[in-house]
Amino acid sequence: MLRRRVIPCLDVADGRVVKGTRFVDLVDEGDPPELAERYAREGADELVFLDISAAPERRGTLLDIVERTARRAFIPLTVGGGVRTVVEMRDVLRAGADKVSLNTAAVHDPDLISRCASRFGRQAVVVAIDGRRRVGKIGIDPSAGDQPPIWDVLVGGGRETTGLDAVAWAERAVALGAGELLVTSIDRDGTGAGFDTDLLRAITERVGVPVIASGGAAGPADFVAAVRDGGADAVLAASIFHRRIHSIASVKVAMADAGLSVRLTPEVAA
Amino acid sequence: MIAPRIAVLDYGAGNLVSIDQALARVGAQVSVVRDPASWIEARPDAVVVPGVGAAAPAMDRLERRGLVTPLLDWLRADRPFLGICLGLQLLFEASDEDGAATLGVLSGRTIRLLDAPTLPHIGWNQVEQATGHPLFDGIADAADFYFVHSYAGSPNVPGDNVIATTQHGGRFPSAIGRGRTVGVQFHPERSGDDGMRLLANFVSLIAAEQAA
Repeated sequence: MLRRRVIPCLDVADGRVVKGTRFVDLVDEGDPPELAERYAREGADELVFLDISAAPERRGTLLDIVERTARRAFIPLTVGGGVRTVVEMRDVLRAGADKVSLNTAAVHDPDLISRCASRFGRQAVVVAIDGRRRVGKIGIDPSAGDQPPIWDVLVGGGRETTGLDAVAWAERAVALGAGELLVTSIDRDGTGAGFDTDLLRAITERVGVPVIASGGAAGPADFVAAVRDGGADAVLAASIFHRRIHSIASVKVAMADAGLSVRLTPEVAA
Repeated sequence: MIAPRIAVLDYGAGNLVSIDQALARVGAQVSVVRDPASWIEARPDAVVVPGVGAAAPAMDRLERRGLVTPLLDWLRADRPFLGICLGLQLLFEASDEDGAATLGVLSGRTIRLLDAPTLPHIGWNQVEQATGHPLFDGIADAADFYFVHSYAGSPNVPGDNVIATTQHGGRFPSAIGRGRTVGVQFHPERSGDDGMRLLANFVSLIAAEQAA
């Protein structure tokens, strides 16, 4: 049976791992390859690097980090942040990444998803969707009682609105060739308020590709909820792992106790 | 023991760093081979074909680089070979993914995973060993390996070639072996300690043969 994955996310800026609250207030949290190796040893099922640096020399720095990581951590690596072309994706894969996640560039140029999928296979193309709740307004019948939530897609690190509906964009991205979706709640990211399981459920009910939950993890119970209530295949978190608030092992044990199928490596099971 | 020389075929199908590094770590001398000249120069004891993606562009690039003929000669001579993911699928006769004719050294086709709850099949899943193949020495039955694919060998691949199976909806062959040709649908270079063990076993098999 396919395991539910636990994925530490390393937000990388100018060669270092950082973490902010709601995409701002960055704090340095370490050397990417070193953290990657530690997580692999501790039972991470996969790693995600999101490059959020703005410096012009960012690409060279990123490729160097990816290559150093691929030499040390023998688990899958997804890289996102600033990939805009098939050639840029090729370079990241060549450096040692297994998948590339597209976000802003895919919104501005949806056909990029198709071009990347036909060149590298859809399994290598992750589309990251940053959703923010907008209750009510469009398509809601007030006489029907509860207003089902709606989520807007934001880009540019959660700063720009797009006018896209997150669920509709998720379906379109899959139709264009996305092999996986990384769904982040901007409302919850960095807050520790738990994943937005409504957003996850709304998307997992509509697509057949794996969905990675992101944004809001505070503890093991949130991981369980993302899978059980949100239907997520994988759950991603950053600060709670970097700051050693929770270990990957404790999260996995909690998921196993809740009856979810997880990979328990010897270190985790011990 | 002399480190076995392994040629890893580069035909533009993605990440080669991981497999190169992983093979080097388990004691192989790795050369990346891009054309017949570099193949000859590498004087390999074994050939590894990695890769993800679709069969047609892969066959096309192998053909353009002049690698199909040496590869077929190698496989027909039953020299040591490891195919990973797409590298395994190319051994079958054809792929349903895009209708491409593939190398055809193993009977069977590459088909879309049957009754899969999610596609692509991405993540860790159990590899259930059908026979005690030395590729899995020291690896527990039903150990987890990392998969990332939507297609695999059809379940009617001749049973004596199937050394392990995995279930995602339907069951599919996740490791194949015939003579010195082996192939795995999962990614040992991305499967942590058990993956490294499998690659070490492959290297040991080559070394044992050299010593014999």
